[in-house]
Amino acid sequence: MSIWDYANPKKFMQTTDRLLPFVAVPAGLMLAAGLLWGFFLTPDDYRQGATVKLLYIHVPSAMMAINAWGMMLVASLVWLIRRHHVSALAAKAAAPVGLVMTLIALVTGAIWGQPMWGTWWAWDPRLTSFLILFLFYLGYIALWEAVENPDTAADLTSVLCLVGSVFALLSRYAVNFWNQGLHQGASLSLDREQNMADVFWYPLLVCLAGFVLLFLTLVLLRTRTEIRLRRLKALEARERMA
Amino acid sequence: MPELGKYAVEVLSAYGVTLLLLAGIVALSLRRDARVRRLLADQERRMGRVHE
Repeated sequence: MSIWDYANPKKFMQTTDRLLPFVAVPAGLMLAAGLLWGFFLTPDDYRQGATVKLLYIHVPSAMMAINAWGMMLVASLVWLIRRHHVSALAAKAAAPVGLVMTLIALVTGAIWGQPMWGTWWAWDPRLTSFLILFLFYLGYIALWEAVENPDTAADLTSVLCLVGSVFALLSRYAVNFWNQGLHQGASLSLDREQNMADVFWYPLLVCLAGFVLLFLTLVLLRTRTEIRLRRLKALEARERMA
Repeated sequence: MPELGKYAVEVLSAYGVTLLLLAGIVALSLRRDARVRRLLADQERRMGRVHE
């Protein structure tokens, strides 16, 4: 069986109908466990105090803000190259979820920055690229809503997604490109020993898994909605023609 | 409740905003899915098609 079989809306609906509970339930459990663990059972940091608890929401949401755009990029490329409608609808479905993740990252970052940096906001490379990514999400969603023909909307939003990918990449690597600004280096890396003690790292891992699963759950659910909506519009058009 | 010290407002407001936004996107997604399901079922019934 090929992965392209799932480009068939009927096949996608059948498969995700069975799959969705197996993603949604672990998502809820992991998210609840990670956030409760992080909030109630971890100590304060010797420098950051209790604000270190923001780590468990800020880091996963920031990671998913970028990864959601990455997923939209892959889906958009599949649409542009192979013209599979499900992939275009999956990209459309992921955008509001990515927007919420970006907003959480921006807001929690600002709340953390006030006591730690002495400012809510700075025109730092990572913060600025994240703000631009947020605006790209808004533009992407607005473009889907503004264009009536779904294939044209998919084409235009796919191109916008390609352009926005520059800022998604910058959001991830801005702290490496420019040695300036307030934002510290990446919290997540393969050499974690250099960055974080286990007492913070393990609940963070659970939160990361929870956010990934929640994203997956919402994208599957919303893609199913988009497929149904497309079918509804096709039936309405057929009825008008009759 | 853990002792949050002088950062209680920051920590609680950050968690509050996050939970509110996550609950919001989940609720909106479920509500929209239910509405589209209902509209599609009505349309298919009206057109005499078999519901999926």
